[in-house]
Amino acid sequence: MNEAKILIYDGSFNGYLTAVFQAFEQKLSIADIQKEENAQSGLFSDAEIIYTDVIKSKRVWNGIQKKNNTAIKNIYFAFLSETKGIELLLYRYIQKLFSKTEVLHLNFSDDIVLKVSQLAKSVGREKHRMEAFVRFQLTKDDIYFANIEPDFNVLPLISKHFKGRYADQQWLIYDVKRKYGIFYNLKTVEFITLDMDDIHCNKTQKSNVFTDGEYEYQDLWNNYFKSTNIASRVNLKLHTQHVPKRYWKYLSEKKAV
Amino acid sequence: MSFERIKEKLNILADAAKYDVSCSSSGSNRSNKNKGLGDSTGMGICHTYTEDGRCVSLLKILLTNHCIFDCAYCVTRKSNDIKRAAFKIQEAVDLTINFYRRNYIEGLFLSSGIFKSPDYTMERLIAVAKKLRLEENFNGYIHLKSIPGASDELMYEAGLYADRLSVNIEVPTISGLKLLAPDKKHEDFTKPMLKVKNEILLYKAEKKIIKSTPIYAPAGQSTQMIIGATGESDKDIMYSATHYYKKYNMKRVYYSGYVPVAEDSRLPAIGSQVPMLRENRLYQTDWLLRFYGFNVKEILNDTHPNLDIDVDPKLSWALRNLAEFPIDINTAEPRMLARIPGLGMNSVYKIINARKYRKLSFDHLKKIGVALNRAKYFMICNGNDFTHKDLQAIQIKGLILQNSQGKFRANYSAQLSLFN
Ligand code: SF4
Repeated sequence: MNEAKILIYDGSFNGYLTAVFQAFEQKLSIADIQKEENAQSGLFSDAEIIYTDVIKSKRVWNGIQKKNNTAIKNIYFAFLSETKGIELLLYRYIQKLFSKTEVLHLNFSDDIVLKVSQLAKSVGREKHRMEAFVRFQLTKDDIYFANIEPDFNVLPLISKHFKGRYADQQWLIYDVKRKYGIFYNLKTVEFITLDMDDIHCNKTQKSNVFTDGEYEYQDLWNNYFKSTNIASRVNLKLHTQHVPKRYWKYLSEKKAV
Repeated sequence: MSFERIKEKLNILADAAKYDVSCSSSGSNRSNKNKGLGDSTGMGICHTYTEDGRCVSLLKILLTNHCIFDCAYCVTRKSNDIKRAAFKIQEAVDLTINFYRRNYIEGLFLSSGIFKSPDYTMERLIAVAKKLRLEENFNGYIHLKSIPGASDELMYEAGLYADRLSVNIEVPTISGLKLLAPDKKHEDFTKPMLKVKNEILLYKAEKKIIKSTPIYAPAGQSTQMIIGATGESDKDIMYSATHYYKKYNMKRVYYSGYVPVAEDSRLPAIGSQVPMLRENRLYQTDWLLRFYGFNVKEILNDTHPNLDIDVDPKLSWALRNLAEFPIDINTAEPRMLARIPGLGMNSVYKIINARKYRKLSFDHLKKIGVALNRAKYFMICNGNDFTHKDLQAIQIKGLILQNSQGKFRANYSAQLSLFN
C-alpha cells in the first residue's frame, strides 16, 4: 500500500504544478503539498522534495487548460491568494477536474469548487483594486514608481494591464509586503528586488528621489479630489467601503496636507 | 505655467463640473497604438471615490464656467455671482496627460459653459481632444459634452476624437425645460443627438465593408436628467428615458438628484434634501428595463405613476403581481428567475448552472450566496413547500421590511417624519 506523502516545493506556481505532475504520474496518495519555507519536512519520513521543472508544470497547465479555461484561471488566482492549505485544496480540485466529464467549475454546490471560486474571486477583486489604486510618482531618473501592499500576491496578474496602458513610459510597481517588484523598461516587464530602506509612499515630507513637478501634480490631484465632492451628499460609509482605509497611505488624494 | 494659477482654475472648474453624474469610462474599443499612452478597451476603472461615494474615473472639468445662458438649475449660469475661470487648451491637455501617467484617471470628461456661441465653444472642446489624440498619441478615454445647439459638422468632428458624446437633456419634460432653461430649445438637444446616432449607425455599416473606416464615438452617447427640480413624476422620467434609449440608441441615461445651488423661486430652496433615495429607485428601474427584461409599463403606469420609496421596484412589482409566483427555482426559465425579488443576474446565472447537477434546496442557494430574505416569499425549491402561499402582499412587505436594513432606511424614516 502507498503511504500518504508530503510534497515540498519552492513556493512558485511552476513548482506547485510540478508537484501536481509528480503526484499524478506516480499515483501518489497525497497528505499535503507545502512550501519549502513553511515545511517541517524533517519531521516526516514520507516527505519528498520537488524540483521545479517547467516542462512538467507546462504539461499540467496545458492539461487543465484543455479541460477548461475558467478552471485554470481559478486555480492560478486561488494559488496567488497564499491562503493556508491552498495547495491541497487545489490538488483536490484538480483531481475532481480530471475525474469528471462534467463542467466542474460551474458546480457551485460542490464545497471545493465553491471555495476555489470564492478565493479566485477575492484575488480577482484585489487585482482590480491594484489596477485602480496604483499611484505612480515620477522619479528624477524618469521612472514612474509606485509601491503597493496588496492582501494577495497580485503583481503577476497586473503586469499585463500596466504594460498595455503605459507603453511609452518606464514604470516600476513594488510590493512592499512581498519585497519584489515589476519593472517595465520600455520593452519588457521584469521581476526585480530592491534595497529600500525608505518606503516612498504618499508622504507629506518630500523625498528628493522625485521630481518637483511630481509634488505639484499630487497637490493638484489632491485638490481635485476635494473639489469634486458634493458636501450635501456626503456618505463616508460608502466612501470607505469603496476605498478601504488600509490603502489610504498609498493614495496621494488621501494625503493630509 | 504657474502652478498656483492652475490649481485655482482646477478648483473652480472641477467644482462646477461635478454635478454631471456620468462616470462611465467603459465600452470603448480604442487600443494602445504604436506604443503610445493609454488604452480604453477594458472595463474602465474607478480610481477613487469621492467622499459622497461616487466613482472617480475621469478628470471631469469644464473648459470654462463663463456662460451666456441662464439655466435656473445650473451653478454656471450667467446670473450666478461666482468666480469665473477658463482653461487654455494646452492646460487641459497637460493636466489630462499628467494625471493619466500617474494612474489617477482613465481619461478626460470635458464639458463647458457656453461662451460666445455653441459652435465656438464646441470647437474648443474638440481642439482639446484632437490635441490629445494627434499630438500626445493618447488612447485613454475621452468624453466630450456636446454643447446644445452645436452644428452637425462639429458633432461629426467631435465623434472622431471622443469615445463618448453626450448632451444633457437635464429637464425631463418640454414644459419644464421652457420654465427653467429659457435660452434653450428642445431641438438644441435632440438635433446633435440625432446627428451622433446617425453617424454611429453609418460608421458601423461602413466598418463592415471598409476595415479602415475611422472610429466614431465608439462608446456611444449618453444623457442626464435632473431629478426633483420640477414636479415631474417617476413615470414622466422613465418614459422619457425609454424614449431616449429607443430613439437615439443611448448607451446610458443618468439620473441626477437635484442639488439646490441658488435661490430661485422656480426651484427647491437651498438646503432642501437631495432626493437620493428617489434617484436610487430610478437607477434600479433603469436596470430592470435594460437587463431584466421588464417593460416600463409594467413598473410605472397611470395607476402607479411613482416608484415606492420603502421597497425596490422589483419587489414592488412582485407584490402587485403575486399571481405570477411562486417561481420554481429548479425549472423556471431564466427570464422568470430574474423576476424574483432579491435575485440578481449573478445569482440567476449561478442557479442555472448549479441546477444542472442536482435539484437545489434552500441550503444550496444559501451556499452559493443567494440572499433569501426577499426571495423566499416568491419561490419554491426542492423539498420545500411554498410556505408563504397564504400571505397577502401587505404581510409579505411587512415581513421583509422588518428583516431588512436597507441602506436608505434611516433616510426613509427621516423623510416620513416630515409628514407627521
Ligand atoms: S447653458 Fe449649460 S452651462 Fe450655461 S447655464 Fe445652461 S446648463 Fe449651465
